[in-house]
Amino acid sequence: MISAGIDIGSRTVKTALVDGSSIVKLDVADATSSPLEAARVMLKALPACPVAVTGYGRDLLDAIGSFPTITEIKAHALGARFLQGDCTGVIDVGGQDIKVISLDEEGRVKRFEMNDRCAAGSGRFLEIMADRLGFSLEDFGNAALSGQNEVIISSMCTVFAESEVVGLLNKNVERRDIAAALHRSIVKRIVSMYNRASPVSACIVATGGGAKNPALVAFLTKALGANIVALPQGQSAGAIGCAVYAARLKEINAA
Amino acid sequence: MADDYRTMWKELGLNLDNHDALLQVLGKMYGDIFMSQKNRPAKTDYLDFVMSEVHGLRIKELVDGKKQGRKVIGTYCTFVPEEIVLAADAVMVGLCAGADFATEEVEKYLPKNICSLIKSTLGFKLGGVCPYLESSDLVVGENTCDGKKKAYEVFKNFVNEMYVMDLPQMKQNGAKGLLRKEYDKFKTKIEQVTGKTITAESLKKAITIVNAKRSAIHRLCKIRTANMEPISGLDSLLINQIFFYEDPLRFTQKINELCDELEARVSSRQGAFPENTPRILMSGCPMAVPNWKLPAIIETSGAVIVGEESCVGERGTRNLVDNSGKTMDSLMDALVNRYLDIDCAIFTPNTDRLDHIGEMAKTYSADGVILYSIQFCTPYTVEAMGIEKDLEKQGVPAIRIETDYSQEDVGQLTTRVQAFIERIKG
Repeated sequence: MISAGIDIGSRTVKTALVDGSSIVKLDVADATSSPLEAARVMLKALPACPVAVTGYGRDLLDAIGSFPTITEIKAHALGARFLQGDCTGVIDVGGQDIKVISLDEEGRVKRFEMNDRCAAGSGRFLEIMADRLGFSLEDFGNAALSGQNEVIISSMCTVFAESEVVGLLNKNVERRDIAAALHRSIVKRIVSMYNRASPVSACIVATGGGAKNPALVAFLTKALGANIVALPQGQSAGAIGCAVYAARLKEINAA
Repeated sequence: MADDYRTMWKELGLNLDNHDALLQVLGKMYGDIFMSQKNRPAKTDYLDFVMSEVHGLRIKELVDGKKQGRKVIGTYCTFVPEEIVLAADAVMVGLCAGADFATEEVEKYLPKNICSLIKSTLGFKLGGVCPYLESSDLVVGENTCDGKKKAYEVFKNFVNEMYVMDLPQMKQNGAKGLLRKEYDKFKTKIEQVTGKTITAESLKKAITIVNAKRSAIHRLCKIRTANMEPISGLDSLLINQIFFYEDPLRFTQKINELCDELEARVSSRQGAFPENTPRILMSGCPMAVPNWKLPAIIETSGAVIVGEESCVGERGTRNLVDNSGKTMDSLMDALVNRYLDIDCAIFTPNTDRLDHIGEMAKTYSADGVILYSIQFCTPYTVEAMGIEKDLEKQGVPAIRIETDYSQEDVGQLTTRVQAFIERIKG
């Protein structure tokens, strides 16, 4: 059965078209200023099939139709399992949220941790810090990988961390060392959430935009002693999870 | 009528502009959250009436009573025994502490990182918007958490007369003796403020009145254990909230009438929610009017709240006072025995609370427990971490939510609550 999912996040809208156990098409578009418009355009590009919606803007589509919604937690859990059948947990670094999800044997959400109002250490934090250091988002992670270990940044608040970065730049500290320090400070935060959610460490899938950052994945692997799997489709895991959910819902309703 | 109220508010010294703004927000919130609920029992019209007259008719009753010499005692805690106040023919009211108001003003006197409830207490005073506070002849504080204890030192500069009651922090080692001494001192203070003598007879009568009020709540609790919910958690919370300032006799009568209807609804399986709606037990900090943010999120996310383990809820209303004594001494001891059983998180150790939450989860057939804390509330946030682990170990899904009175985190809270409900549903 063909089904589709839409993930309306704070920074991007993602769609996924899925046929049974294979991915037909994935799409990502910027949605910073007009998420509804972006979602509307992407929805039009999809064939007629069951659709489910997730993400911060999951209720936005109420304006144009009635779609079943699920939370990002459930969507990423379903999406991660679809991509990696034996995964035991999920770390999602999204635009303004970080989530750590622990899954049971059947792939159901057992526990989850998510930051509250503050977007400290999320994808948006990385973007602002990359910009401050003059890196593209793509180069930022690679620079951090080559950076030294000596610098420490203690703040995860974007405003405070930026002051620390300015201070370090004015001490002539290497940009890549600062980049490494920023990544380690995020990892520290994720580790504490990970410990509270305490998933089985056998196979943790990294999802969200953060999955594309090689330094984040490498530092997390080291800090957690877990097997972290970052797949190229990680950013679309939420949308894929929605497509899986839409198909299941259709089957249940048909039965 | 409305003009009469304005004159009354002005005479009480309220800031009318601020007060108009507050009533407008409150009215809109009530409409959005309560009036939009489907399948409400007919007798909840009593709640609508009470809320529509919360700063009107009820205040007029207090003011009229004052003209006849009936003093008003304002309080902030379930440890203040209403029985002693009623025994001196005075009225006890719980004071406003459930919304942000005049926060910039408050932060001139209190640090930014102190809980919303405490900030609100001072904010309602500085904003001049709480007619209950302005009607109070005596404001009673109590040594519960450090935040309240220290804030009362500031607050006393702004009110007519402030009285602070000490409380034990451990339940063994003479706690009963300490609380008895404090209740004796409180009784003397109330006699002095009211100019009336409390007798064994008047105290016994007051105990009967408050026991009846609590019994009405117990009846409501029992109805809510049914495997369908005839009333929403929001309406039940509101009942527990108005418990603190509504006339006790009218409250008892009206809630019993509502319970008659609810029992009939259970028999005819007329629910406020569809059958098999996930059942949530809320546990944690008190929720004062109009602190409805989290309950509203829960009940618009496809779950129903079946119980509140809270001072504004079962922790505050559990147990009656033994009214069999004939002497002042035995009745005062009976009060101490009843109140010292309240398992507030200021006590150490406080293992009874964990047991009560487990029991309530069973009694109410809760599918999950939401541990609610107001940000910066050390006693409840610390307890929540251990309780969460313990409940999960018992196989009861639990989640900790820390928030304040602002609206800025509604998006993320909704996601967390909905994900928790998804988890419960499997």
